[in-house]
Amino acid sequence: MSEFAVEMRNQLVGLAGIVERNVYLTKRYILWDAAFMIWTIANTLTIVFIARAAHLSPALENTLATQLLVGATIWAFLGIIFEFMTETVAWERWEGTIEYTFMAPLSRVVHLFGQGAFAVLYGLIRASILFFAVAAFIGIHAPQANYGAALALLALGSLSFIGVGIMTSVLPLISPEKGAQLGFVAQGIMLVVSGVYYRVDVMPEWMQWIAKISPATYVLRGDRASVISGTGIAWADVWPLLIIAVLATPIGLAVFRVGERYAKKHGKLKRSG
Amino acid sequence: MSTLATTTTEGPRLDRVTPAVEVRDLRKTFRRRDRSAGRFARKRPWPALADVTFTIARGECVAILGQNGSGKSTLVRLLSTLLIDDGGEARIFGHDVVKEARAIRRLVNRVSVEASFFKKMSAAENLSYAARFYGMSPRRTRTAIPEILARVGFPPERRDEAMENLSRGMQQKVALARALLTSPVLLLLDEPTTGLDPRSKLEVQDFIRQVRLEHDATILLCTHDMGEAEQLADRVGLLDRGRLLFLEPVADVKRRFGVDTLEEAFFVATGREFENEATEDDEYREVFG
Repeated sequence: MSEFAVEMRNQLVGLAGIVERNVYLTKRYILWDAAFMIWTIANTLTIVFIARAAHLSPALENTLATQLLVGATIWAFLGIIFEFMTETVAWERWEGTIEYTFMAPLSRVVHLFGQGAFAVLYGLIRASILFFAVAAFIGIHAPQANYGAALALLALGSLSFIGVGIMTSVLPLISPEKGAQLGFVAQGIMLVVSGVYYRVDVMPEWMQWIAKISPATYVLRGDRASVISGTGIAWADVWPLLIIAVLATPIGLAVFRVGERYAKKHGKLKRSG
Repeated sequence: MSTLATTTTEGPRLDRVTPAVEVRDLRKTFRRRDRSAGRFARKRPWPALADVTFTIARGECVAILGQNGSGKSTLVRLLSTLLIDDGGEARIFGHDVVKEARAIRRLVNRVSVEASFFKKMSAAENLSYAARFYGMSPRRTRTAIPEILARVGFPPERRDEAMENLSRGMQQKVALARALLTSPVLLLLDEPTTGLDPRSKLEVQDFIRQVRLEHDATILLCTHDMGEAEQLADRVGLLDRGRLLFLEPVADVKRRFGVDTLEEAFFVATGREFENEATEDDEYREVFG
């Protein structure tokens, strides 16, 4: 086998190692995850019940409830992605394994994408459970829903979310104490400008401009259309997501590289748990 | 050691002439707050390593002695590619630790004073995912992990127990197993026996000896245990406040200073008693201070 082939094989095995580790951890914390799932469902219900309180006709109420549910589900999905990406550094620092991971011959791209790949898989499972549990509880009817298209668009948007997540994952490298929380600030801002529970055109114009560069805008718009009207994947949602993914990933990796260098220069890779 | 030989990954070819470690005028400075100057005092430069120069030949075991905060951990982290120096250079088997970090990472592994693991995961799980980072497939680790754990004297019935339930000594054995599983040609041991009970300490020291005898590894042992350094190393160096005062065979050190023990040599070389400052386990605490 050529040197390049050996290296590629080793990197793929390393990527599997990242996923394997997260599977072990998910198994160990499964009860905590179940408790967190209950909290997420309760939180989502508080949002979706707003549709009931609006006293609309049954059809409009159903549409509004579905719109809110899609927004809350994508909020939860994005929350998982950002949490996993931010914990790439924060959790390992707490456990003390960070130095061993950073001194391993695993490329940083593979390391971060392994973490992102698991986050997307895990996030999709949780988002699906959340969506169907709340839909069943409220009694939402979506006879025309095209769930395949909605999931496919979410998966496509995930490439951009991972790119942005990589940018936020650098924050705990710079500030071990407060960096992780800043990841949630990024998540909140992204969803606010993307029209998480409302149409983008209700926002001030300057926010609408920011919405254009947020991948969540196109995922929310496309997924709502797929679930409510059964629309398939629209090219108008796909091409911006592709462009953002192509740009976000290298920018995210470049930002992480700068953060890693800063941490190595100032001795901040040290454990803090 | 058959286990280690069979787990060797396809790595770079190493000649026998190039030194395992070459360090020349290596400098690293952190900024720390002078506690005596009050809570709001400005941070000042604090040299953790000051123009350190030494060479370690392939297959050699070298011990670097020093008190807490002397710069031992900084040296190990620089050689592990976890820190970037402020000057000078360090090479491992001819590779620059900053410019050729990827090449070095395949050659080096490390055991530190804290046995750092995911505490809810078992010993086998921790070793398994760590081995993947070095390209070891599940087929290889299925046999290699039980073998390496047996070699470090880890009871097989506790292999699947969460790390948090294991004693400090047991955890340190798993840390040794993790380092050796990837067959490093340079093993960096940073206070590997600190905090262990006397029996575990002896077991770990015996294992280090075994690794030297049976595996073609170069060992850099950083410790403040002078007895341990004297027993295990070919040459002993003294790092004091970031400066390497000497690096020689123990007999030469004693002869040079006209003393019988390394403690006395330290006293003659520095004018101070060799004590362990228990309040700070290493210089990094200051970075977060």
